[in-house]
Amino acid sequence: MGEYIDNPGAVQSLVRPDAVHRDLYIDDELFALEMRHLWRNTWIYVGHDSQVPKAGDYFTTQIGLEPVILVRDPDGGVNVLMNRCAHKGTRLLSAQSGNCGSAIRCPYHGWTYHLNGAIRAIPVRQGYEGTAVMESDAGRGVVRLRHVENYRGFVFARLADEGMGFRDYFGDSLTSIDNMVDRAPAGRLEVAGGVLRYLHNCNWKMFVENLNDAMHPMIAHESSAGTAKAVWESLNMPEDAPKPMVVEQLLPFVSNYRFFDNMGVKIYDNGHSYSGVNFSIHSKYSSIGPYEQAMIDAYGEERAQAILGEVRHNTVYYPSLTIKGAIQSIRVARPLAADKTVLESWTFRLVGAPEELLQRTLTYSRLINAPTSIVGHDDLHCYRSIQEGLAASGNDWVSLHRDYDSAEEGAIAGTYNGLSEVSMRGQFRAWRKFMVPDAGAGG
Amino acid sequence: MNSPKSINAPDPTNAPRLRNLPEPMSAPDLMNAPTPEELVQFVYNEARLIDEKRLDDWYELFAPDALYWMPLTRGQPEGEGHTSLFYEDKLLLKVRIERLKRPQSYSQNQPSFCQHVLQRPEVLSLDIEANEFILRTPFLYAESRLDDQLVLAGVARHHLTRIGEHLRIKLKKIELLNCDAALPSIQLFP
Ligand code: FES
Ligand SMILES: [Fe+2]
Repeated sequence: MGEYIDNPGAVQSLVRPDAVHRDLYIDDELFALEMRHLWRNTWIYVGHDSQVPKAGDYFTTQIGLEPVILVRDPDGGVNVLMNRCAHKGTRLLSAQSGNCGSAIRCPYHGWTYHLNGAIRAIPVRQGYEGTAVMESDAGRGVVRLRHVENYRGFVFARLADEGMGFRDYFGDSLTSIDNMVDRAPAGRLEVAGGVLRYLHNCNWKMFVENLNDAMHPMIAHESSAGTAKAVWESLNMPEDAPKPMVVEQLLPFVSNYRFFDNMGVKIYDNGHSYSGVNFSIHSKYSSIGPYEQAMIDAYGEERAQAILGEVRHNTVYYPSLTIKGAIQSIRVARPLAADKTVLESWTFRLVGAPEELLQRTLTYSRLINAPTSIVGHDDLHCYRSIQEGLAASGNDWVSLHRDYDSAEEGAIAGTYNGLSEVSMRGQFRAWRKFMVPDAGAGG
Repeated sequence: MNSPKSINAPDPTNAPRLRNLPEPMSAPDLMNAPTPEELVQFVYNEARLIDEKRLDDWYELFAPDALYWMPLTRGQPEGEGHTSLFYEDKLLLKVRIERLKRPQSYSQNQPSFCQHVLQRPEVLSLDIEANEFILRTPFLYAESRLDDQLVLAGVARHHLTRIGEHLRIKLKKIELLNCDAALPSIQLFP
């Protein structure tokens, strides 16, 4: 016991520029340290503000393993509160979402809180006369997170008191959120269509790394996308026949290595990246005419073309969020244990766009992200197989050498060929940086 | 591998009966009306074909415009305005079935097996005029893959229709009890 707790040097030695130690995926102590450091020092996606449109609307979720509430304040802003009663710790709100009116009331002894967490009332309050309760932690009410940022509807929070600021942390990677929001003629998004929650019996990092792993689709997805291609071809449709949406969405997964290499990958500091710098698997979707007109009406021809011409594949907002701006879906990693993660897939309506856009989004999300997805089945099979394979001794290291260049050890930010494993190297560089108490203080 | 049968190829069983007669084209064929027992047996047989992995035969039970649907929420309206777990037309069903025949389906190299346990189907509607027969079947469904077993409960709703001699599925809707849970992979067909 205690191999890594209180041994920051041992933790740091697990990440090399071109490889990481297998313990990162399988060790319970490292998982606990990730929750204590990495997931507290970084900015974690909480939810979208369209989930809580009216005062008192709330949504309950987790930051790492810690239960939180996203709630719309009467003043119009959103607060993120710890979902923990100041009295004895009861989780205050247990529904996934709802409206709590103007106050949150604990179901146990009835302490009541304003939507900013401050105590509003305590039953039989005279029982506390002459005690130190109001000077104690309990007297401060429900813990309200101080570091919360609502970026164009996407609400992030950082648990650590000290740490890197939001803008410094994400930098220009925020352009991917910009592009997703700009794709709405009205310039805003609304969560729509429900959330798919897929239980993964693997470490959360396997999923996050996979997002910009362009070497896997042609292998892992040959059975699904390859079958879709074969079935479609067996129909002998004329060359120019419009493809059903599902065919259009599945076929690009079996594009060749050259395609994925030329797609390119852009790396930012702090673990963020996106693939699809030049084009992506979403580039060739058939156009939806009235939508393009609505965009031109909203932005003018030139700007509309610029927005729609940006078809990024996956953007990783390390460590918790991945987005697909081109089809308005996001996936959120909710880690539960070293070998257990829930992946949530949320979809968005582009406000001002025809409903067909939402339908395309929902179809994609169901085909790719659902627990019933034949694409997801093979991805998860590979993640789970890593989880099991890494129990093997004799080789403690996970190789990340593809297209490694020692020049990365200076600045890693930049544009690289799509097949490179540089996005993973960038993630582990961030992992190491934030796996310490109060990382990036003063930033 | 079986060459997949063309989905658009004319299927003699698809031709509406009485096609050459004048309007109304859908005059009810009372002689050919299914009995409740025939409908019930159809539902049992449908589940059995899945459990025995006779999926090509299972596929033939679906009408050309069929929908195999598992909603994500309770009371979800039909349509694509909301995500579903399954919302499969025949093309997607065919893709799933053909995929399972491929050695590259890595998630099935260690194969899954499934077992439906059905409560006796209840005939909710036997509308000969409309050629639509609706059954409701509470079920338990187990899907196992070596040491892992997933058990789901729910209600299946079959909307059947007579096409030629055969009963065919227009809609199979599966209402999972825990449709809103974080679910592991469901690889076969509840
Ligand atoms: S634990 Fe909440 S009021 Fe006692
Ligand atoms: Fe994949």
